[in-house]
Amino acid sequence: MLFTSGAFLVGLPILCIVYFVIPQRFRWMLLLAASYGFYACSGLENLLFILTTTISTYLLTCAMERIADQRKETLAANKSVWSRDEKKAYKEQMQKKRFWLLVCCLLLNFGILAVLKYGAFTLRNINSIAGWFGQGDVFAVPQLLLPMGISFYTFQTMGYAIDVYWEKYACEKNPARLALFVSFFPQLIQGPISRYDQLAQGLFAGNGFQAGRVLFGTQRILWGYLKKMVLADRILPAVTTLISDPAQYDGVYAFIGILYYTLNLYADFTGGIDITIGIGQVLGIPMAENFERPFFSKNITEYWRRWHITLGTWFKDYLFYPISVCAPMLNLSKWSRKTLGKTIGKYVPVYAATLIVWFTTGLWHGAAWNFIVWGLMNAVIILISERLTPLYDRFHKRFAWSNTHAYGGFQALRTTLLMGCLRMFDCYRDVPLTFRMFGSMFTKGNFSVLWDGSLLELSLSVSDYIVLAVGMVLLFVASMLGRKGSVRQRILEKSPVLSCAMTVALFLIVLIFGAYGIGYDSSQFIYNQF
Amino acid sequence: MTTKRIVLSGAAMLISAIVLAAAAQRLLQPKYMSDVVEGNLIADYYESNYTHDVLFVGDCEVYENVSPVRLWEQYGIPSYIRGSAQQLIWQSYYLLEDALRYETPKVVFFNVLSMKYDTPQNEAYNRMSLEGMKWSPSKVHAIQASMTEEENFASYVFPILRYHSRWSELTADDFRYYFGVEPNFFSGYYLRADVKSAENVPTGRPLEDYGFGDVCWEYLDKMRMLCEEKGVKLVLMKAPSLYPYWYDEWNEQIVAYAEQHGLVYINFLEEKLLAQTGIDFATDTYDAGLHLNVYGAEKLSDWLGAYMQEQYALSDRRGDAALDAYWAEIAERYDAELARQLQNLEQYGSIHEPETT
Amino acid sequence: MSETMETILSILKDLHEDVDFENCTTLIDDEILDSFDIITVITEISNEFDVKIPADRIVPENFNSAAALAALVESLEED
Repeated sequence: MLFTSGAFLVGLPILCIVYFVIPQRFRWMLLLAASYGFYACSGLENLLFILTTTISTYLLTCAMERIADQRKETLAANKSVWSRDEKKAYKEQMQKKRFWLLVCCLLLNFGILAVLKYGAFTLRNINSIAGWFGQGDVFAVPQLLLPMGISFYTFQTMGYAIDVYWEKYACEKNPARLALFVSFFPQLIQGPISRYDQLAQGLFAGNGFQAGRVLFGTQRILWGYLKKMVLADRILPAVTTLISDPAQYDGVYAFIGILYYTLNLYADFTGGIDITIGIGQVLGIPMAENFERPFFSKNITEYWRRWHITLGTWFKDYLFYPISVCAPMLNLSKWSRKTLGKTIGKYVPVYAATLIVWFTTGLWHGAAWNFIVWGLMNAVIILISERLTPLYDRFHKRFAWSNTHAYGGFQALRTTLLMGCLRMFDCYRDVPLTFRMFGSMFTKGNFSVLWDGSLLELSLSVSDYIVLAVGMVLLFVASMLGRKGSVRQRILEKSPVLSCAMTVALFLIVLIFGAYGIGYDSSQFIYNQF
Repeated sequence: MTTKRIVLSGAAMLISAIVLAAAAQRLLQPKYMSDVVEGNLIADYYESNYTHDVLFVGDCEVYENVSPVRLWEQYGIPSYIRGSAQQLIWQSYYLLEDALRYETPKVVFFNVLSMKYDTPQNEAYNRMSLEGMKWSPSKVHAIQASMTEEENFASYVFPILRYHSRWSELTADDFRYYFGVEPNFFSGYYLRADVKSAENVPTGRPLEDYGFGDVCWEYLDKMRMLCEEKGVKLVLMKAPSLYPYWYDEWNEQIVAYAEQHGLVYINFLEEKLLAQTGIDFATDTYDAGLHLNVYGAEKLSDWLGAYMQEQYALSDRRGDAALDAYWAEIAERYDAELARQLQNLEQYGSIHEPETT
Repeated sequence: MSETMETILSILKDLHEDVDFENCTTLIDDEILDSFDIITVITEISNEFDVKIPADRIVPENFNSAAALAALVESLEED
């Protein structure tokens, strides 16, 4: 089910009303029922996968916790009896048991994801390697259907399992409550990837109706729909046109494609997250922010701290740090210091970990080489700019004008364009083609398309361009204002009437200027397929 | 904030959102005043305060081929045409069902051309045939039966969901007719005074299957039974339009059906009837044989009036002061429209005034 | 100043010369140390001391100040 589907738009207000009417202790159960209903709409067989993840994680985390409890009891009972070494040995032994339980959990659940999402990709690659040796296809490549949001809920649930293993918090003893954490419907399609300790409180509190929250939540939902339906869906046909025929649309068109896709992806993804977080706000369930004005970033490292934040922190906490500090990596570090010298050797583990994380991030986005190359390109740029930091610092110190707003704007623009260029891998889904298209931007020189009316032949009319331009100004102003704290809060404080009027206005804007219905292709959230 | 204030401001927001959306919807809905006037045919029916002895249902072959004004002026038969562009048979059925809630005519004519379509055809025509209906179970069923795959029911309840993107195409008409459209029709008749003779009308290409769809027979049965139940005479007719081509194979099926159920079937394309009505495709059609112009429609009406008086003993209702006044008003508009078109034809060679820019 | 503290300060100084590591208590919160720095610190510590900082101890509270780092190292040495 999509956020823009009729059933969702009708169901959501009804759900909210019922949520506030029923007694507090039943509210989370209603959410669970709604979430499973929502998920079942995408195909009943998908429930099988999400249930497998829920049940396996429940059983294995509970087992981990039982061992931890047992360890505590035994240690307490033998406190004065055992020597320090005996205690240490016992602890290690218990920890090893817990470790293997975690490994089971991770293998099973990432295994499901891997088979469904990457099985065909792996088999295809094996086939083509066999091809180099003159062999025919070794494996038949099956067509597996990817359950909706599986990457998101698998990552969220595995984060929970690792946290329990690390004893950051106690495991959830009620399987139904864990099921809600795994399947909570607003974030099922495209995140954010929540942490159990942050989400659980709001999820199970069953908070009641509170006018301010409902107003702000509604405004945020409408703002999300505005981004999604007025901007993203409107420009989508042009993006599709541009990338579906690279032979015709190269050179300046490729550059326009970058800009259009940037707007499309940003409006679609952040709009969806606004709707998700807005729903949470209405229901009194705080959720993690996933974006923080990413296009205002000075550099790519900062951009990745502000774009898809919950995915970035997931990778940082559960992949980057663990592999950076694991024994083989520390050994590598020792070895590289010895052989390469102290200064270079110091960076080897960091760089190795960065490359691994970005390889995985690329793979997370899709089972194809273009995504892997995209991830590694990100890593390369991040590492290069990391190396150049001292140079930049000196530059900034030397030239006072580099601290002005104008220079800040230039940096933001540079980041936006650079990320747009990297995203070409995502558009064309073909590595050599992407490089060719990138090259054509500098060699083709077909600048006349900018003024000879060609831009009106990309399934966008003059009125579409007007709406897009006004919408982008609106987004930009909102982002600028948003730097100084909540815009909604400030409007409400200034005038409650204005706040209410703005809500009504947002609704009307989406209703009239949204790209939906006959004449518009209904488009899935772009991030849904990842 | 007190609970009272919360409830009040919530209600105020909700009401203003609904009122403003409704106002926007009214503006954005097509007014069908300049180019595709047929869009207003269906709603026009409810403007009529007087009952009719005869109803016509069907597609353009009824609303462009029969002149109710002529039927009244010559025979004193009050009639109404519930026709609309590409009206499908289930739409005809539900429009009839809808009309029978308001009145019980003595005779109903159904034009059989739409038997050829057994699936929903075109979204734009659906809109024109259905949106004008007042809400009733008939309308709901008609919509459900008519929707093409890309359509959804909600957009009939809230047409703004369909027409919202018209904001960029609004014309002066949308503002001028915001509070209501002007009548363009004469008891459901769309008057055309221009002439374009029919030459070289192509014969139909052979079809793979001449059988009408099951759905069509089903609705024809329903229509027949509805009329029986209400004591209304149902007459099947095929208007004298040369195109779309009316196959002999199709004709035979209707003849057989009429015989089986004891219905009258009048096929105006038959040589004998063409001779009787006196329709001449050189002068009596405005688009080379698809539709009759006002001269053809009046000839057909003359024949129909005489036929009905004779067969169904319809009384001459002229002399009823209220009815006379009502029809006089329609006839006055009819004559004025005819005069306007004739003047334009003389002046510009077209029934339309040249576009002022 | 303890020996642990001194070593840690010298590791940190190597990363950023111009930061007052003795007194700063918001190394993570103010984004003075990024994730690269954190990993470098951890590998340096594992070189200098005979401890391994496990991934679950990489939380802002343990890296916000030199003192917190020293405390972390000492607690790990005790274990």
